[in-house]
Amino acid sequence: MDKAVSTDKLTKRFGDFVATNEITFDVAQGEIFGFLGANGAGKTTAIRMLCGLLKPTSGSATIAGFDVYRQTEQIKQVIGYMSQRFSLYEDLTVRENIRFYGGIYGLPKTELRRKADEIIQTLELGTVADKLVASLPLGWKQRLAFSVALVHDPRIVFLDEPTGGVDPITRRQFWDMIYEAANRGTTIFVTTHYMDEAEYCNRVSIMVDGRIKALDTPAAMKQAFGVDSMDGVFQILARGTSTK
Amino acid sequence: MNRFFAFVKKEFYHILRDRRTLLILFGLPFVQVLLFGFALTNEIKNARIAILDLDHSQHSRQIISRLLSSGYFRLEQQLDSYKAIEPAFRKGKVKMVVVFPARFTAAVAHDQRAQIQLLADASEQNTAISLTNYATNIIQSYSAELNPAGMNPPMQLDVQSRMVFNPELKGAFVFVPGVMAMVLLLVSALMTSVTIAREKETGTMEVLMVSPLTQIQILFGKVLPYLLLSFLNGCMIIVLGIHLLGIPLNGSLALLLAETLLFIFLALSIGILISTIADTQLVAMFASLLIMLMPTIFLSGFIFPVESMPKPLQIISNIIPAKYFIAIVKGIMIKGVGLQYLWKETLVLAGMSTLINAVSLRNLKTRLG
Repeated sequence: MDKAVSTDKLTKRFGDFVATNEITFDVAQGEIFGFLGANGAGKTTAIRMLCGLLKPTSGSATIAGFDVYRQTEQIKQVIGYMSQRFSLYEDLTVRENIRFYGGIYGLPKTELRRKADEIIQTLELGTVADKLVASLPLGWKQRLAFSVALVHDPRIVFLDEPTGGVDPITRRQFWDMIYEAANRGTTIFVTTHYMDEAEYCNRVSIMVDGRIKALDTPAAMKQAFGVDSMDGVFQILARGTSTK
Repeated sequence: MNRFFAFVKKEFYHILRDRRTLLILFGLPFVQVLLFGFALTNEIKNARIAILDLDHSQHSRQIISRLLSSGYFRLEQQLDSYKAIEPAFRKGKVKMVVVFPARFTAAVAHDQRAQIQLLADASEQNTAISLTNYATNIIQSYSAELNPAGMNPPMQLDVQSRMVFNPELKGAFVFVPGVMAMVLLLVSALMTSVTIAREKETGTMEVLMVSPLTQIQILFGKVLPYLLLSFLNGCMIIVLGIHLLGIPLNGSLALLLAETLLFIFLALSIGILISTIADTQLVAMFASLLIMLMPTIFLSGFIFPVESMPKPLQIISNIIPAKYFIAIVKGIMIKGVGLQYLWKETLVLAGMSTLINAVSLRNLKTRLG
């Protein structure tokens, strides 16, 4: 199987503190992979290493076959990234945001125009295409940010708590977009605090204190721990307590 | 390269859409030049004076008419006794009182020397010093005319002052180079550090770092628009200074522009350095204002002469970039000298830029871990 992400004993130390401790996992191309863990469990450090922003202390990892130590430039070209803060420029219009992000990934002019039109049409943003992003409702910004992260057709997109601060209906709509992208073959690597969202993933991993404590499909995980929700699994692993 | 231009284009959108910043960018130099050039000038015109003439002689009348026709002084009040002096000052309208003692003419005739008293309101010390200097000059030139060669001067007022390059004590000559240094620092250092910190704050910096843009591309993309704007600003101040305030341009314009570019480059480097340390716009702003603007105003010789500072401050003033730039601008515009006299200052500015950029690059590298 084609591996989108593959790590082997990937470790990052800051002085004496071990932020991620020998994490080993594979993510298949086209998979929706949930990367869960409490705050401070080491999720962000792991993502930063996978995106080429942080050099690992030891261990190895490849992204779409590229090595995280030596091939960071190639990695940057094949990944997309979206954070909780949506990362759009509020003082630019919808169209300008799309064209800017396409532009820094080196898309040619005609392609930029086509992409902008396509995204605006898909998201039904026709009426506000030339309005400043600052004037859009949060849910629209979120979907636009996701489309922008995909503007250069990356093989893998990293979503760092992409649904923070959004209402449940908007979150549901956002997950529809994630499924569509996954169906087109994009690998989704997503972190989240919402355990109901964990249920939408093909497989999830749960990090506790820098280590991966569990990695499986949500169904298998619930069965193994004898609980009926991902929230139950998370409580047992992350807090060492059961909700029951 | 197209990626880089996409980035620069975005920066221009930011700048052009932020009306307030744009207003500051181009309004500030205007206001500063006008303020420092006209309102806050050391130059004095039509200062109100009072005269206490107890002699009523030809000499005193001659001197009074010369003082009043010089353009520096305007007669506010004729006093009739020493007692009237204090109230005249208290009312605050009179800046200086000229006193001719009762036996003035007699003293001139018999002793070959006499006294004229100049009393100045020293609550405005700079004005006081200037006024007494003007008056002393006028009186001395009158006494010199009375004096046939070889004789003792009839009136002795030992004031030694000689002003080179700026004999009329034009305030604008002193202030405009300082304003230029200040505005360029403000626009370049403050604006770049704030715009970079803003990207960190809104989270867009993360996305830029994950993108194929290199750090150097991001930094240059941030800096390039401000380099252009600052240079435009510098040109604007030069034009205002020459045409509005009548500052001469005795040296080479090309050299002046080249030195301006060098100084802007240095200011932008400082902006980048600040932004590698500051994570929020607020921190960036305060850092810029505190470590750049305040020392520039107080220690560069812009407002207070470096020579009259206490020794420790004089030493500190050596690390203030604006000090060298002000010296360069004065040198080129007013003294009309070339690089053969200014190479030292130029070298210091270039050295500072190199050093600061080296530190910034190191900071960036450690950030990457």
